[in-house]
Amino acid sequence: MEQTARQDQKESGGTRPRIGVFVCHCGLNIAKTVDCARVAEMASGLKDVVVSKDIGYACSEPGQQRIKDDIREQGIDRLVIASCSPRLHEPTFRKMIQSVSLNPYVLEMANLREQCSWVHMEDPQAATEKAIDLVRMAVSRARHLEPLNEGTLPLTKRTLVIGGGVAGIQAALDLADNGFEVVLVEKRPSIGGTMAQLDKTFPTMDCSI
Amino acid sequence: MTDVGRHPKITLYTMSEVVDVKGYVGSFDVSILKKARYVNEKECTACGECSKACPVVRPDEFNLGLSSRKAIYSPFPQAVPSAYTINISECLGHNPVVCGKCVEACDKKCIDFHMSDQEIVERVGTIVVATGLEAYDPTELDEYGYTRFENVLTSLEFERLINAGGPTGGGLLRPTDRKTPRSIGFIQCVGSRSSSRGASYCSNICCMNTIKSTLVLKEHFPDIDIKVFYLDIRAFGKGFEDLYMRSRRLGVHYIRGLPGTVEEDGNRNLKVSVENTASGKLEIYNLDMLVLALGIKPAQSTRRLQEILGLQLTPDGFFLEAHPKLQPVDAATRGIFYAGCAEGPKDIKESVTQASAASARAIRIMYKGHISSEPITSEIIVEKCKSCGRCAEVCPYKAITVDVKKKNPAVVNTAACAGCGTCAAECPFDAIEMNHFTTNQIMEQVDTLLEERPGEKILAFACNWCSYAGADYAGVSRLQYPPNVRIIRTMCSGRVDEDFIWEGFRKGAPVVLVSGCHIGDCHYINANHWTEKRVEKIRKKMTKLGLRPERLQLAWISAAEGVRFAKVMKELEELRTGVTPEEIGHTISILQDREKGKTP
Repeated sequence: MEQTARQDQKESGGTRPRIGVFVCHCGLNIAKTVDCARVAEMASGLKDVVVSKDIGYACSEPGQQRIKDDIREQGIDRLVIASCSPRLHEPTFRKMIQSVSLNPYVLEMANLREQCSWVHMEDPQAATEKAIDLVRMAVSRARHLEPLNEGTLPLTKRTLVIGGGVAGIQAALDLADNGFEVVLVEKRPSIGGTMAQLDKTFPTMDCSI
Repeated sequence: MTDVGRHPKITLYTMSEVVDVKGYVGSFDVSILKKARYVNEKECTACGECSKACPVVRPDEFNLGLSSRKAIYSPFPQAVPSAYTINISECLGHNPVVCGKCVEACDKKCIDFHMSDQEIVERVGTIVVATGLEAYDPTELDEYGYTRFENVLTSLEFERLINAGGPTGGGLLRPTDRKTPRSIGFIQCVGSRSSSRGASYCSNICCMNTIKSTLVLKEHFPDIDIKVFYLDIRAFGKGFEDLYMRSRRLGVHYIRGLPGTVEEDGNRNLKVSVENTASGKLEIYNLDMLVLALGIKPAQSTRRLQEILGLQLTPDGFFLEAHPKLQPVDAATRGIFYAGCAEGPKDIKESVTQASAASARAIRIMYKGHISSEPITSEIIVEKCKSCGRCAEVCPYKAITVDVKKKNPAVVNTAACAGCGTCAAECPFDAIEMNHFTTNQIMEQVDTLLEERPGEKILAFACNWCSYAGADYAGVSRLQYPPNVRIIRTMCSGRVDEDFIWEGFRKGAPVVLVSGCHIGDCHYINANHWTEKRVEKIRKKMTKLGLRPERLQLAWISAAEGVRFAKVMKELEELRTGVTPEEIGHTISILQDREKGKTP
């Protein structure tokens, strides 16, 4: 595949992406090992990056406010947050950019904490080099991110509960009492399961049925 | 239980099994096989006249064979539905010449031998799996003599004997002489916490169940002598320690150690030899009755249901949850939830808690009346599609249809697509784009990584659910490993296209890692099987081209294996230092003649 062919449709359309990069210190979690200011400075020189800053706590309310202000003021349309694992805060930052009318899928995260500062504590130099790479990679990916929309699918408001022991009975009743239809399937001639065979049950010491 | 039978929103199918499930969250089509009851469920008043007339006597399963029932019977007095049922394989037949006595006895005429099994199809939006447990069968633990000595009972049999509704009306009787035992012993961990026989896990309920039984016994028979043989007493739940202490205060004798042998004397009493690990002495106890505290096993239906629903199991055979801490009742497949012992051994309180959680999770999906579909799905580039059918073949969700004969381009059912990206990786014509993990996006990451000093870097692909999470776990555990690795996240290792790997080597990567969930644990059913095949294929090609195939590594690392992740990183670094600049140069010269990013 040729480089030109791989260039973003946005580019061919004439408008360049406007990428914002925010490098989070996470207190000292990242900043103790990674030189966050240096990473942010490096990123500011990357193609299409219009804002690059380091920030104390990106996920905090003031942190998010700063990012949102920059998004509005600088017309940012792609965002790179270099902080913790996306498995932790991707939903947080997706919600944040939605609140400033950006599509949640134009966000990319670089994992500088779980996969960098915390695992290379003895080598801040190498950790910073790695952080720089991770941010560069994130920016490259961000350049090609496209807004995506969630579709809607029809849904049948009914639940199948397989098994009519104590768990199945409880699940079926909770669902049904909340107004949802339930189909309860039990293999044996009666519901009750193992519980029905027990005499008294702990911790209340009352009967099982 | 009766609430379930009466609830207007609940349709109850008993004597029924799920035989097939098609579809996906929001629209599952469930085929249910309802076996014939031969008694009209609505008309039967459970008067019991039929049962009195029935001449066939069989062991009663509900009482574990400690009493008998007829071929037409009600499983137990509080059964829901209360209607009687006929075990047709035991019944003599409805031919009046042979029998048919029950038909005559039934005033309401609700016995119908012409009933047949029915297959019912129900459409549902969500599924709760609550298939329960099976008790461990202690036959193999011959030293306890369960099959040899009648006065050795299982904990479940004991429950029936002490139960007011049981075969003895709650009067605890020894099976051999029908006398109330004066002494009774409980053996713990039967079928649990053993690496050789039964299961290696703790069954969670047996300690408390035994403590409960000792309290019930002491209440009924204050003078009874009770011994409990145990490894550890695990009274971890709220209020549990209190019950344990109460049991001890009442004089129950707790002996630390599991018996080595059980023998029977002429009076059918049991002689139990045990090494008391607290005193270090061999002790012998003579007891009238012995109860084996059975462990919990996954229900027999688990495997079949796992196949029908496309779920995963943990190595001990219970269903695997999406996340052990944060999504403990969710299956990895959206719209399916677990409740009770299906997911692992648990007591009633925990089962009820989990059931309520499962229903709340199901309602969370259903309350809006429609569901949002993840936009991370694959898309066919129609102009490029040659209708070869490869994508449909590899899709774990059968979400792609291709009419190979008519040469119609592939169509993705985005509702069924879970977004693993295997189709995009396998398509020979680059005719599939995986949204949010596009070829473009990933290739740019590879190129950017290897732009400067590629020889110092390790290119690693990690799947979101296992390996990437394992890398995070290494971080949370502060495990230190060499800083040369750079991870590119994909949803599934199945997304890792051959092109990405060749591009890596072409740009000078000394070592490339593909990592994902262990085989059998893939979050996309079995997509990682294709990863494995693909990596094998690339390695063969590398050998043909004169490249060392070990420079491409495949590692299965689970979300819990932070230690393993760090270990793999160290191994990769060793491998990397063994790759010379000359070797890298040689690789680049071999690959650069070929079209960029293309399979050699």
